[in-house]
Amino acid sequence: MKAILTVIGKDRVGIIAQVSQLLAKYQVNIVDVSQTIMDDNFVMMMMVTIPLADQFAQIDAELENFGNEAHLEVKLRNTKLFEAMHNI
Amino acid sequence: MDAKQIQETTQMLASENLDIRTITMGISLLDCIDSNSDRACQKIYDKVTTKAQNLVKVGQQIESKYGIPIANKRVTVTPISLIAAASGDHDYVKYAKVLDQAAKTLGIDFIGGFSALVEKGYQAGDQVLIKSLPAALAETNYVCASVNVGSSKSGINMDAVADLGEAVVAGSKLDVMTNAKLVIFCNAVQDNPFMAGGFHGVSEPDVVINAGVSGPGVIKAALEKVKGAPMDVVAETIKKTAFKITRMGQLVGSVAADQLGVPFGIVDLSLAPTPLPGDSVAEVLEEIGVAQVGTHGTTAALAMLNDAVKKGGVMACSHVGGLSGAFIPVSEDAGMIKSVVAGNLSIAKLEAMTAVCSVGLDMIAIPGDTPKETISAMIADEAAIGMINNKTTAVRVIPVPGKQVGETVKFGGLLGHAPIMAVNPAVSNRLIHRGGLIPAPIHSFKN
Repeated sequence: MKAILTVIGKDRVGIIAQVSQLLAKYQVNIVDVSQTIMDDNFVMMMMVTIPLADQFAQIDAELENFGNEAHLEVKLRNTKLFEAMHNI
Repeated sequence: MDAKQIQETTQMLASENLDIRTITMGISLLDCIDSNSDRACQKIYDKVTTKAQNLVKVGQQIESKYGIPIANKRVTVTPISLIAAASGDHDYVKYAKVLDQAAKTLGIDFIGGFSALVEKGYQAGDQVLIKSLPAALAETNYVCASVNVGSSKSGINMDAVADLGEAVVAGSKLDVMTNAKLVIFCNAVQDNPFMAGGFHGVSEPDVVINAGVSGPGVIKAALEKVKGAPMDVVAETIKKTAFKITRMGQLVGSVAADQLGVPFGIVDLSLAPTPLPGDSVAEVLEEIGVAQVGTHGTTAALAMLNDAVKKGGVMACSHVGGLSGAFIPVSEDAGMIKSVVAGNLSIAKLEAMTAVCSVGLDMIAIPGDTPKETISAMIADEAAIGMINNKTTAVRVIPVPGKQVGETVKFGGLLGHAPIMAVNPAVSNRLIHRGGLIPAPIHSFKN
């Protein structure tokens, strides 16, 4: 299944590296990455493909843990949500 | 992948309190009717706990997969007065208790449908249900009740209006919370997923999923970006934002229905506030330009808001239903409470506001010694507004024993807290004691 990962918080060295490492553990493929600074915040968005949909909750929980430790807001959401809200 | 759109959605969910207020499963109980009330109650318990057994689990799965909070999972059932009438019982508290037990087993937040539809007169079970209301609501935690006393097609049942004034007062003496769980309607809708007024209409499918969205915080944030712009820009902004919110409701509702294996009914497009900061309909009206909700200009701003929400939402989903509009419950909206405390919002103005938005006099705390005839007269006024204007109106007022104007009552949770509001001291005894029916209005010569 396809999902969008968003990471928002204070910029520092290695955020993308750490997130990618975590995703690789679950064989999650990164399809697209975009990164920018909005209102002094580091904002990263990744489109990813999760090979085993059952692992979604586990991956999401692990990302959230990482976010809590690193003081970043990290969230994984099904792509369908964004498609529904922004496409007719 | 459009970064701006992703950022916008994330922002709405993370900091503007966007959530799905409820996914509500409607369950017909028509096949549970039995002349033996014990058997009927067993059938009700079995059907509700079987059909909705996965409701909470599926709701939680959607929350996790889409990252959208779903505030409540609820069930509505066929009006109990229709189901219980065959039993010949003189008290329906038993039926309320079995619904309460089913809700507890399922782990849902509310179960609605301890209801009666009496706009044109009483059938055998209706008066029994109304008489059972105070005890049924005082002795249960999850059960919500409603009575429809009027409609544009059939007029207003003034006998029921009188009986309900009495039921509200009797309920308040047992437990102040009883009346937070009772809504008295005119033109009640059959597919309302919101509480306390939700029930499952008799013309609905056997089982159905309805979704109710929320999102006043998102509308307010969008309006902050068009400060000073003309009203058409404001309306357009609300429409676009309502569209996006409703799309989310449509997605969540259809995924839930699919996973539960039942048809998807409707999305209710209501802007439902909570007492949380930044989740207030009053603040949206103030952002539009009203100095404080309740002052002159409020009705105009609310009319535009209500209409724009509908226009934006209608195209965003396959079927719209429920109450769809803006709710103005006083205790559940931080901005409303603030205005009451400041002396800028009165019941009279709230009544005017109900003529242009969904529902009516909602979650208003009044002095505990308010006469039952005055409560009945408030119900009659609201029902008249609904009847003449072909819209749903409702009354959910809460007399608080021992409290007077200026004091505050705390309900807790989504229901918030409320300052006691003043009611008009002149009592319309003679109006209410007449009883009878107000005839249906003429549907032509509209002026």
